[in-house]
Amino acid sequence: MDGWLGVIIMIALGVGFAAVMIGLSLLLGPHNPTPEKLAPYECGMPAVGSARERHSVKFYLVAMIFLLFDIEVAFLYPWAVALRDLGWAGFVQLVTFFLILSVGYVYVWRKGVLDWGPAARAGRHAARRAA
Amino acid sequence: MFSSGIDAVVPMLCVTLAALAVMGAEAFRARGEQLPLGGLGVVGLVGAAISAVLLWNRNAVSFGVVVADNFGLFVTLVLLLVALLTIMFSSTVVRRDGLPAGEYYALVLFATAGMIMMATANDLLVVFIALEILSIAVYVLTGIRRDDSRAIEAAFKYFLLGAFSSAFFLYGIAFTYGLAGSTRLDRVGTYMAAQSMSGNPLILVALGLLLVGFAFKISAVPFHMWTPDAYEGAPAVVTGFMSTGVKAAAFAAFARVFLSVFEPFSGEWAPLVWLLAAATMILGTVVGVAQSNLKRMLAYSSIAHGGYLLVGLVAANQVGKAAILFYLLAYAVTNLAAFGVIALLGTREAANDELRDYAGLWHTRPALAALMTVCLLSLGGLPPTAGFIGKWYIFSAAVSAGYYGLAVIGVLTSVVSVFFYLRVVVMMYMTDRPAAIAPPPVSAVAMAALVASIAAIIALGILPTPVLDFAAQSIATIF
Repeated sequence: MDGWLGVIIMIALGVGFAAVMIGLSLLLGPHNPTPEKLAPYECGMPAVGSARERHSVKFYLVAMIFLLFDIEVAFLYPWAVALRDLGWAGFVQLVTFFLILSVGYVYVWRKGVLDWGPAARAGRHAARRAA
Repeated sequence: MFSSGIDAVVPMLCVTLAALAVMGAEAFRARGEQLPLGGLGVVGLVGAAISAVLLWNRNAVSFGVVVADNFGLFVTLVLLLVALLTIMFSSTVVRRDGLPAGEYYALVLFATAGMIMMATANDLLVVFIALEILSIAVYVLTGIRRDDSRAIEAAFKYFLLGAFSSAFFLYGIAFTYGLAGSTRLDRVGTYMAAQSMSGNPLILVALGLLLVGFAFKISAVPFHMWTPDAYEGAPAVVTGFMSTGVKAAAFAAFARVFLSVFEPFSGEWAPLVWLLAAATMILGTVVGVAQSNLKRMLAYSSIAHGGYLLVGLVAANQVGKAAILFYLLAYAVTNLAAFGVIALLGTREAANDELRDYAGLWHTRPALAALMTVCLLSLGGLPPTAGFIGKWYIFSAAVSAGYYGLAVIGVLTSVVSVFFYLRVVVMMYMTDRPAAIAPPPVSAVAMAALVASIAAIIALGILPTPVLDFAAQSIATIF
């Protein structure tokens, strides 16, 4: 319990300081609200419409692929640090992992997930017709 | 790290390589080109089966976390059989429904690899990874018919509740790790054996969370809510795959964790599993009676069958442990064949899975009606089928372990379940008007798979001894 006393005092001080400052500004500050001041975002263009628009499904596909290859990189860094300790066994395991992921990469590439926009799609169709 | 070799992972490696080959072939497939992707998968499955047979009795361990002991290999062989039959049934369905063949077969194979991993895992974290590998593949398979709103709904429900149950399971692993300082099953087992008298409440917390996680996956009541919707919405052949493969894999891991690691605490978990088993058998049967959709009815029936398997787990004597393995095999073949018939009777436009669609099926498709009858009799547990022998051993194990109540509930619910299985048979045979549906022709491959499963059901029912001995030997090596 002793070890935690400092933490509790710290939390109490933090919360108390914030509460006192907000309370003081409420009590002492002038209140002249205008619509501009009450807008959630005060600089730049006025907000128009909802932020929850529909996005192309392409964004989600790219986000998913990003996640997968981000994890690959998350494995790469610790491996780079511990490369010599892990030796050939670690090398073979990591390369196997990357090979499996690269099959997935080839798959999404060939499936046209990385082709962006109608121009790329039209070009692909034209190439297929020519072939 | 390679000192222990990679022998134990070879079966799942074969299946994974086949899945990757299918994905690669699909990527380089020209538009409109038909590739024998199912055949590619079968090659991988056969390779995995050969390697599993070669590993028999060798107790190979890879990386310290995957053990190919005879128990794991027996379940592996059952899972490979499930995947093989699924692919054979799928050949017709994929073409008929216009499913994306490459993705479909790759997902079936990835799910199979995850199931094999789950059956042979010797580390709680590997069990979890395997659970995720198979679950994610099966979620996608459930919703693979993107033009069917029921399938989408089923996939979404299954995904949400599956993620929920994974969280329980992971939390249980976290508690176990906090207690034992390891997730390796052998080390956790050593710790638990030493703690059996301590009465540490955290052990019960870990135990309970893991139990909930497993109960979700084997759809034991009251964690079965997702099952009827997911099983009804998915394509019938996928339902067959997930009601047998996922259940077999989850049960293998369940048995491994609870019968070995938490064996010292069986006094604590046996009453809980007793309750789960009783509730599962009763609810699965009673609600199943009221269904008018055949897929939904079989979904409840598969819940009830999960209850019978739990009886074997509670009994936990030598007969019970062998009976679990035998029952898994008998149930897998039977249920898969039943869903195979349903899948083959559907068309692209209509699933034809209402009970009334089967009225007078005998007149239009006598062969399919006869095969379906054998499946239903085996599910109901009538001799001379595999289902009868399986139930016989499960209940006799319960009696010899002193669980008379469970045995009585099991027998009574079996009798009630015979009612709804026979109702389908009566519909098919004793209705004069020909079937309302015009089922499509059945491909030779799918028919061969059906006939082979029916032959296996009857063979297991008449000559169960070799397989039972096999099961008893394979389970005797570890527990």
